[in-house]
Amino acid sequence: MKTWNLSQLDDLFAAIAGRQTLYIPADAAGQPAFTRWEPGLAMTRALNTGRSAKDLFFPQVENLAAFQISGKTISVSPAQSPEEDYVIFGVRACDCRSFDILDSVFLAEPADTFYQARRAHATVITLACTEPEETCFCTSLGIDPQAPGGDISCWMAEGRLYLQANTPKGEALLASLPDLGEGEKPETNPSVFDKLPLKDLDFSVFQEKPLLDWFNSPLWESLSQSCLGCGSCTFVCPTCQCYDVRDFEGGGTVRRFRCWDSCMYSDFTMMAHGTNRPTQKERFRQRFLHKLVYHPNNHQGQIGCVGCGRCLQKCPISMNIVKVAKALKEGSV
Amino acid sequence: MQRSVIETAASLLETGVCTRVLGWKTGEFFYDVTPAVFTSAEEVRKDMVFTPFCGANLSKYLIAESRKEGKIAVFLKPCDTFSFVQLQKEHRICRENVYAVGVQCPGMSDPDALKALGLKGLTGCVQEGDTLRVDTLYGEKAVPLADALSLRCRGCKSKRLHDCDAIIGTQGKDLQTSRFAQVEALEAMTAEERFAFWRKELSKCIRCNACRNVCPACSCETCVFDNPDSGVQNKAAASSFEENLFHIIRAFHVAGRCTDCGECTRVCPQHIPLHLLNRKLIKDMNTLYGVYQAGADFETKPPMLAFTLEDPEASIITQGRNGQ
Ligand code: SF4
Ligand code: SF4
Ligand code: SF4
Ligand code: SF4
Ligand code: SF4
Repeated sequence: MKTWNLSQLDDLFAAIAGRQTLYIPADAAGQPAFTRWEPGLAMTRALNTGRSAKDLFFPQVENLAAFQISGKTISVSPAQSPEEDYVIFGVRACDCRSFDILDSVFLAEPADTFYQARRAHATVITLACTEPEETCFCTSLGIDPQAPGGDISCWMAEGRLYLQANTPKGEALLASLPDLGEGEKPETNPSVFDKLPLKDLDFSVFQEKPLLDWFNSPLWESLSQSCLGCGSCTFVCPTCQCYDVRDFEGGGTVRRFRCWDSCMYSDFTMMAHGTNRPTQKERFRQRFLHKLVYHPNNHQGQIGCVGCGRCLQKCPISMNIVKVAKALKEGSV
Repeated sequence: MQRSVIETAASLLETGVCTRVLGWKTGEFFYDVTPAVFTSAEEVRKDMVFTPFCGANLSKYLIAESRKEGKIAVFLKPCDTFSFVQLQKEHRICRENVYAVGVQCPGMSDPDALKALGLKGLTGCVQEGDTLRVDTLYGEKAVPLADALSLRCRGCKSKRLHDCDAIIGTQGKDLQTSRFAQVEALEAMTAEERFAFWRKELSKCIRCNACRNVCPACSCETCVFDNPDSGVQNKAAASSFEENLFHIIRAFHVAGRCTDCGECTRVCPQHIPLHLLNRKLIKDMNTLYGVYQAGADFETKPPMLAFTLEDPEASIITQGRNGQ
């Protein structure tokens, strides 16, 4: 295992950034976000970023093509897929697991080439958690926050950073940083994870009963009654993956881009005949059943939530996947 | 206070004054209450709460709820009653279907305020006089109540409860707080500094629309930004210009109707100080057209709907009526 003195973390960032573009979680106007490292940029002290690490593979807005219209001819220039190698440092175990969920959607044939290129060019360095928030429930989804995965796993303990390569890509990056020392990571005390209030959530029941039982639950009415239909829960969620394709028109040029969409929005999957989710109840149900039932049903039981707790922290009315899952479970017995 | 709110709600249902109660429902933690409609006294006694974490303003829900069959009782804090009156002024609420209970407010606390103090892993909280004893995963911490106050309560404009059928606690008064101090600080900046401040803040926006959807002044059936025929519909900003425009247009659309209830800033997941935009417009309108508070009464004409020949032309002059 490699090690580095934490008091010189900046030097390590500089060494990585000398080879590839580096993103670290840093505070931008008081809000932690993955930010391109430049000399002087400090890592945030917050546990996790407001928006998740998925931004770096699936950005909120991404150009797909540009059209130039002159007379009767239209010339099309497709957007270039990203070709630059880059490193993401400080990804938590929950966000790292979210990449598996996103992969199962975006890399399934036909693969999403933009996402695929970004994934292929990235080296993910994860960071083990020692101080979870009360809203964290990764452990109840089988994620070990102290063995976070990715191309390289990192631990911070006793003033040092410990780095362990998990993949050839991770090994190559570590090998390119010759000043790293050798060392063994000291044992950390994980007892705080046993105290997490949501550690015993069990989502298995959602695969045990037929889909329609959940779909037709009478509880959706009351669960969704105060939902504002905003997109906060969707846009902070590391596993939400829906997007819309839009045209930005400016005279003779049209820029076609995709942008995140939310099933909580009234025009989500709008069709010529109108929408098939006419009220907030149906939209709300879509978001939660997608994560708890539809995604696992289609992907060998993989639940579409990684327990990062962002939706628990950010929903304006404090309605979230934990409350929904608990209520549905109680209501079904 | 908690007990009288619950008992009032339960007895309103038991005595048939109303068939539904709009209040706050307990959650997983001490702070994550959800607005909810209760239909029986049992439900109320089981799940309804009134704690220092009931920040959510319930008045906007009355747009839909007051149109339903039967009477609904609603619990409103002083700032919420301004929205309640303003919504009635805009003919958005059927008043005859509402029984409004005003609850005097000690100031609402906010989990974000606790986290800003460096507290992590919040698991429990009890109030003892002016102190909150907060249990965390990392031990117990005592926090002065004043330090846990939410941003908007620090600039509370009034403790007066407007247009209520009943009041719990005592009627309050308008307050003099320095709620425009930060606006003045922004005005004192150079244009470049101010632009940089807003670019930095607004570039955090993820266009989740929570600010708009929670706002009692944003009650259009279809927002211009959701209307595919408007030409300005944007689900995500295609450029930083559009991103800024959303906020500035929204601030102008609610000008003279925004009661400064503070919900937009409370709900923003990216902690953008949206209230500063609204307060700037409130401050300017006060200067140009005389002091006006949206939602304070039913009679006063809002400055954007009233016209007198003496009105200054804000677009071509920089001085207001009183020369300021
Ligand atoms: S549903 Fe909530 S807790 Fe689960 S991954 Fe999404 S934001 Fe995190
Ligand atoms: S959910 Fe787990 S992995 Fe994610 S930040 Fe919390 S403790 Fe860490
Ligand atoms: S559940 Fe919460 S965050 Fe999600 S759309 Fe509804 S109000 Fe917004
Ligand atoms: S703009 Fe903000 S402060 Fe004003 S009424 Fe709307 S939510 Fe309240
Ligand atoms: S709530 Fe915040 S992040 Fe969401 S649209 Fe409004 S300003 Fe943007």
